[in-house]
Amino acid sequence: MDFFHNFGINTNTVMTSSFDRIKEKLNILADAAKYDVSCSSSGSVRKNNSKGLGDSSGMGICHSYTEDGRCVSLLKILLTNHCIFDCAYCVTRKSNDVQRAAFKIQEVVDLTINFYRRNYIEGLFLSSGIFKSPDYTMERLVAVAKKLRLEENFNGYIHLKSIPGASDELMREAGLYADRLSVNIEVPTISGLKLLAPDKKHEDFTKPMLKVKNEIIQYKLEKKIIKSTPKYAPAGQSTQMIVGATGESDKDIMYSATHYYKNYNMKRVYYSGYVPVAEDSRLPAIGTQVPMLRENRLYQTDWLLRFYGFGVQELLNNDHPNLDMDVDPKLGWALRNMEYFPVDINKADKNVLARVPGLGMKSVHKIISARRYRKLNWEHLKKIGVALNRAKYFIVCDSNTWEHKDREGTKIKGLILQNSVGKFRKEYSNQLQLFS
Amino acid sequence: MNATKTLIYDGSFNGFLTAIFVAFDEKAQVVDIQKNSSSQSGLFSETETIFTQMDKAKRVWNGIHKKSHNAIKDIYFAYLSETKGIELLLYRYIRKMFASASSISSDYSDSTVLKISQLARSVGREKHRMEAFVRFQLTKDNIYFSNIEPDFDVLPLITKHFRSRYADQQWLIYDVKRKYGIFYDMNQVEIITLELEAAYTNSLKKSVHFGEEEYNYQDLWNNYFKSTNIKFRINLKLHQQHVPKRYWKYLSEKKVV
Ligand code: SF4
Repeated sequence: MDFFHNFGINTNTVMTSSFDRIKEKLNILADAAKYDVSCSSSGSVRKNNSKGLGDSSGMGICHSYTEDGRCVSLLKILLTNHCIFDCAYCVTRKSNDVQRAAFKIQEVVDLTINFYRRNYIEGLFLSSGIFKSPDYTMERLVAVAKKLRLEENFNGYIHLKSIPGASDELMREAGLYADRLSVNIEVPTISGLKLLAPDKKHEDFTKPMLKVKNEIIQYKLEKKIIKSTPKYAPAGQSTQMIVGATGESDKDIMYSATHYYKNYNMKRVYYSGYVPVAEDSRLPAIGTQVPMLRENRLYQTDWLLRFYGFGVQELLNNDHPNLDMDVDPKLGWALRNMEYFPVDINKADKNVLARVPGLGMKSVHKIISARRYRKLNWEHLKKIGVALNRAKYFIVCDSNTWEHKDREGTKIKGLILQNSVGKFRKEYSNQLQLFS
Repeated sequence: MNATKTLIYDGSFNGFLTAIFVAFDEKAQVVDIQKNSSSQSGLFSETETIFTQMDKAKRVWNGIHKKSHNAIKDIYFAYLSETKGIELLLYRYIRKMFASASSISSDYSDSTVLKISQLARSVGREKHRMEAFVRFQLTKDNIYFSNIEPDFDVLPLITKHFRSRYADQQWLIYDVKRKYGIFYDMNQVEIITLELEAAYTNSLKKSVHFGEEEYNYQDLWNNYFKSTNIKFRINLKLHQQHVPKRYWKYLSEKKVV
């Protein structure tokens, strides 16, 4: 078979003439969108049973990774970087002197489809600066999604950014075509928001969130009764907070995140270390290091809250308002709560095992299935892949030796730090150097 | 006591399953199971050539299936790793499985079980990577074409994924290393063998098989990839961990422009 027989069939060449212009727009509008970190494409199931294009399997695929190590799974762009507002932390703000551009609706559709067909992406993440008015902007975002679904028969992932202040009616429509909707809080405290985004009101963010939440609930109820009810934002909603721009504590951030998880049924809250993009006396100066380690600790904490059964006040409270930088939050918690240990590997419940430093959920499951066959000792645990260098101080197993004995938390911490070559140790010391 | 035996099979998975059937059936003391393309006869064992028989293969497959659903996946995945000696390892695994009353597939304190599950996991990872890293290029005769060169033989594992995702376009994914591909004609997926002289990868030289539009999109993607990078956060080590260098030559975003 010769698949490279040149029949000389040429597909449409619309792109060729305007190619340079598109390229320029894409550069500008991808560049401006890159600070939004909420890019996951998981959590939606959209089956392709009409022989159309694409499906969403529920598990997102990262098609590539940026040189800073973040996953690329969606075409993440702004519809435009024109904006009538002037939020201090944002590259797109009115007063910033940057090149401006705007995509036509059809251009975004073409890019999405053609990238998707080449297996570059799982779908589209479309956000926008606010031009003219919130409704005018939101209408255009919705039009892109609608076109993709109805005209192109596209079943890939679509994430639309809700524009703060857009009408309920548009929010409702957006959810019919998008898999996920998000409004970014950006600033975790109300006072910080006043300071940095004086044009915006707190309700501009919470109102659309509430709308989306209620619509999701209502559509789910209707679906139970009428099977043909369309899906409404099946992957739920998410939000993002900037970290390190306004001097908030980790406690402020995580309590606020918990609030959004609880009251607005957020699927994900993202934390984004502030990348200085403007000279502004209200903000850290340009060149200030991005607080990557802190960001990482917040994600670890978020993870513990969502999957490990921790309560936020266990990890952060008035006595302990900020996360430890030298140890991860689970280890930090364990060291402050030594009375909880040692835990017996061969007897303890799943949720108790989950709290042992060095035991991830995968190890926990492996331990639970492996101990049905025999009592586990150190050798078995090592084989299973438990990070014994930390776990050994907190557990007993089928063996007489126990590393913990009666050591105190501070001593154990010293021992663990001595022996660990943690991923972030180097970065941590880099960051420290800045301050010394 | 029976003499020791080396079984030689045709290199197909069904051939391998037939060999397992024979091994059980003859209660032979099997010291090795080898592909005919790479067989080396041992000094002290006799060899027996196995001819693939679907009914026997099926019986083994169903037998394993009845025992454990997890095990069957692990066995197939581990087999596709093409690791040296995998057949014998799997034979031991399957024997253990039938000897035990309970399912063994999660008994990670057993070294054979652990090894098989690790191999299966590596193959699973490669499968996942291929689902991510396939880069289609649109040929002039309207086929979305991709070259891949995976460490393990994962084409059989990714067929379903691409079929359901790209139901409305013709596509062909070609394994450069193993010289075969899977082709979807908008109805079904066929396995096809063909010799392609050149690999059509992300090279800067334009090939006559692809149109100008194709190169435009590659350019756009490449550009997009560059503009998503935040230079304050650059971390090349992490980048390489996620996108191992051996895949770069097949990724259009890694084209040096
Ligand atoms: S409204 Fe949005 S795009 Fe405009 S300046 Fe504020 S954050 Fe930036």
